[in-house]
Amino acid sequence: MQFFWAFVIGGALCVIGQLLMDLTSYKFTPAHVLVTFVSAGAIISAIGLYQPLVNLAGAGATVPLTGFGHLLAQGALNGVKQHGLLGVFSGGVTAAAAGITAAVVFGYLAALTFRPRG
Amino acid sequence: MVNINYGVTKMPDNSMPLIKQKQRYMEMVKESTPKPRVLRNVFWAFVVGGLICLVGQFILSFFLARGLSFNEAGAATSTTLVFLAAFLTGIGLYDEVSRFGGAGGIVPITGFANSMVAPALEYRAEGLVFGVGARLFTIAGPVLVWGIVTAWIAGLLYYFFR
Repeated sequence: MQFFWAFVIGGALCVIGQLLMDLTSYKFTPAHVLVTFVSAGAIISAIGLYQPLVNLAGAGATVPLTGFGHLLAQGALNGVKQHGLLGVFSGGVTAAAAGITAAVVFGYLAALTFRPRG
Repeated sequence: MVNINYGVTKMPDNSMPLIKQKQRYMEMVKESTPKPRVLRNVFWAFVVGGLICLVGQFILSFFLARGLSFNEAGAATSTTLVFLAAFLTGIGLYDEVSRFGGAGGIVPITGFANSMVAPALEYRAEGLVFGVGARLFTIAGPVLVWGIVTAWIAGLLYYFFR
């Protein structure tokens, strides 16, 4: 069942991104979509509303960039629980470290390995 | 980043009878009037984005079945998807995903990886520092800034008001 909801919720989040690009008069670029999603995910997560979506849809909620925001926010909150004020600074990026490192390393290697196309 | 095909419109042929030319002109006007693309875009964004998340769910289930905790499996899934997206961007296939799926190819973490690799690859000629190194963060930079600052504010509020 989680496979069904992964498809539906993941697809629905992408629809929101598409509507933001198509229906806003301001030039809403893919960069704006990603930035909006990561911040919105962090805010929704911090007020406790994103975890239910993750429980329902699994990767449908964690794969979209809102899930990245969720990871950062939950990391910051857990950081506070464990390390107090220092955790505010260390918790978020610690939780998202695998994704960030993967993106930098694989991105760098891909840019070096492949030929740019015309 | 997303190419839009506006379609190729045939010009009216001057050798056509005048009435035909007028008909053709009216067709041209109709063709070049923007149609409501939104529904079609939304449909494909849903399908492509949904499919990417479905692939993610398969990877997530695989790692969960191997005994990883949910957070570990989630991190492993992100890592796998980022690798796949970087590879597909390198061989030029991810552009097709974005062209086809619009936001469906942008919103998932694969789109985030694509937004790093694509400019880095394009500007590789500018060198390993200001070409690849800097351009990796053309879009990832703003995403990290906004994400980290938002999470930091959330953590700070939690610290004071929990």
